Amino acid sequence: MFRNTYDSDNTVFSPQGRLHQVEYALEAVKQGSAAVGLRSKTHAILLALKRSFGELASYQQKMYRIDDHVGIAIAGLTSDARVLSNFMRQQAMSSRMLFNRPAPVNRLVSAIADKAQVNTQEYGRRPYGVGLLVIGQDKQGPHLYEFSPSGNSYEYYAMSIGARSQSAKTYLEKHYESFMDCTLEELIRHGLHALRETLQQDKELTIHNTSIGIIGPAGAHEEHVGPEGNFRILEGEVIEVYLQSMIPKDTGDAPAPAAPAAPAGAPAAGTGDEDVQMAD
Amino acid sequence: MPDGSFAHSQQRSFNPYTDNGGTILAIAGADFTVIAGDTRQSEGYSIQTRYAPKVFRLTDRAVLAVNGFAADGNMFVKKVKQRLEWYRHAHAKDMPLRAIARLIQTMLYAQRFFPYYVYNILGGIEEDGTGAVYSFDPVGSYEREACRAAGAAQSLVQPFLDNQIYFKNQTAAPGQSHPTHLPLPDVLAIVIDSFTSATERHIEVGDGLEIYVVVAKGRSPQGLDTMRGVQEMSARPDGDRMFVIRRDLKKD
Amino acid sequence: MDHFPTNWGRPRNDAFDPYATYPLHQRATAKDTFAEGVQHTQQPIVTGTSVIGIMFKDGVMLAADNLASYGSLARFKDIQRLHPVGSSTVLGASGDMSDFQALQAILDDLTTDEFTYQDGHDLGPAEVHEYLSRVMYARRSKMDPLWNSLLVGGFRDGKRFLGYVDLLGTTYSAPSIATGYGAYIAIPLLRAAVDGKEDTLTEDAARALLHECMRVLFYRDARSLDKYQLATVTADGVRISDQIPIETEWRFAEGIRGYGAQTQ
Repeated sequence: MFRNTYDSDNTVFSPQGRLHQVEYALEAVKQGSAAVGLRSKTHAILLALKRSFGELASYQQKMYRIDDHVGIAIAGLTSDARVLSNFMRQQAMSSRMLFNRPAPVNRLVSAIADKAQVNTQEYGRRPYGVGLLVIGQDKQGPHLYEFSPSGNSYEYYAMSIGARSQSAKTYLEKHYESFMDCTLEELIRHGLHALRETLQQDKELTIHNTSIGIIGPAGAHEEHVGPEGNFRILEGEVIEVYLQSMIPKDTGDAPAPAAPAAPAGAPAAGTGDEDVQMAD
Repeated sequence: MPDGSFAHSQQRSFNPYTDNGGTILAIAGADFTVIAGDTRQSEGYSIQTRYAPKVFRLTDRAVLAVNGFAADGNMFVKKVKQRLEWYRHAHAKDMPLRAIARLIQTMLYAQRFFPYYVYNILGGIEEDGTGAVYSFDPVGSYEREACRAAGAAQSLVQPFLDNQIYFKNQTAAPGQSHPTHLPLPDVLAIVIDSFTSATERHIEVGDGLEIYVVVAKGRSPQGLDTMRGVQEMSARPDGDRMFVIRRDLKKD
Repeated sequence: MDHFPTNWGRPRNDAFDPYATYPLHQRATAKDTFAEGVQHTQQPIVTGTSVIGIMFKDGVMLAADNLASYGSLARFKDIQRLHPVGSSTVLGASGDMSDFQALQAILDDLTTDEFTYQDGHDLGPAEVHEYLSRVMYARRSKMDPLWNSLLVGGFRDGKRFLGYVDLLGTTYSAPSIATGYGAYIAIPLLRAAVDGKEDTLTEDAARALLHECMRVLFYRDARSLDKYQLATVTADGVRISDQIPIETEWRFAEGIRGYGAQTQ
């Protein structure tokens, strides 16, 4: 690790006008495993790669439900994320208590961004070491936001954070224009393809290391989702069908978005016969 | 007595309570629970509104009825719901019924010296699949029972339930015994009769009736699903099922 | 030991409490040195009388006269008791006028905060009503109530809203609501004309109905005035009318003799 004269105190600018502590915090986000978020006209989804610290350990939780209409995926320090998610939950509950209104998603994100900004300016504090992707829905439809320890928050069509997230970003930049009209299944497939880009050489997405978070109406493979399309996290067996729908990397680096798409109502996504396995 | 003189100091202090009338009741069956309340809200001799719900769904298998001071009741339900939401955040599941009952007792007792002026009845399905009713006093004393009425017409309805549910003052036919639990259609008939009777004799009861029915997972709703005007609120058809029945009561 | 549980733990001499067995708020010892300097509202001073409100086909209409009374004195005769909140809500107040003005300040601050977000999530009538309920209930729980009965009316996203909140935090919604004396005098007229007919009642008919109710109230309510304002909330927003005079006919009074000794 290199040392720098202007990096021991976050309230001091370097001569180049940079806050090194803040930039180091951004590095902490890149240490965390990747998370991807994307949005269509009807849905906003999150996909995240869970890490396990060896055979004996469980996988680290990457997604949190904030309220019926908001959920987050994290990359970086889990303990910091728990502080932020707790704060967002409090804000969401307070909005329901005071106004009987689901908290507007942008205000939740601004609230944590404002908290993070304080940590970049006040003496004796440290920035949060975690980045978030926030999905939510309100009157204006589904939303996707990124929060970063620098106190910035932006809204996106699609975004990725965490380790090797640049590869996912490259995929998303290539395909984002088609996302708006995607079905949920197509959107998840795009998300998985993007997430796959962040994997190490010998690794692949499995039902154990992948989390999918969804906001919006029920998809073709989903059961027991209310008409409100509340935030839900899919993990384990239920995501097999989505993993199966992925197009193997060798055959198509750039899959045609529309071609193998599941028509509404039809359970088959991808090549079809994988779904038969899923049925039992 | 005030005599207009200043001999005695007078105090006209603010009274933070009122009584908004109405009645609630709940009956537990073997594998179901019925929780009901009328929808009139009144103050003194004025009917404030003909539709103010007193029965609230808390989880997929728990329903809370509140009666007494409406402002306290609504606030209490809101706070219970928020506590249950925090439980969901922490444990990724709904709080079990008996835990909700204990939660309600601690929340009520926390206000022991400025109580919520509210009589609570909690109904639903326990973890073992049995129907259960918990009744509370305003400061948190509670017990599990088979049935309970509370509110303005408690004194009219509870003796009727004692007779019809507990078979008090009834002698079974020789060689036979009273059933421990009644079937759902019988319970619904008793609930509806209780409220039509209370409406006749109590000025604070009437306008509308809301009956929540929770049926344990895998058990028959005993014809409820095909009954007229029944709304199903179940989160999933293969879990516990919840229904709401709405009926008019006399508005005079 | 007494066998009445209510007597347990109580000292035999009411003025003496050696073991501090009284509930905190009943104990004689003043813990707060400045307690006597803190004044909580014990009664309203300058008051407004009834507010009446109804739903109609295209929205919600509220009416309140322009009088603020000081006891039985008609003290201020040009007071507006209808206050717009945001772009789709109106608040009508009876009870203490200074408490109402404090509420106006709170709500104006709130709407300014909401406005500055500029994100399209402004507060509608249901949200304003919920917020006022929290404020009123919190104040009553501090034993320092805002001495008002309030009506909140509004129209947003194609939905009408009419709700009530008072100094106890009691809330409810209904197609027709009246506060104060109006709950006795106007409500029978309003319920007959409105309840169940909200979807067909026209704006003109609603205005005529409220006018008639304000006239009846002026005849019977000694703390009312023959001058009132109407607030109408529809999809077009909030409109608060100019002052509307009530024409009255008092000749019939000459024939009334009453029950006392007939001296003339």
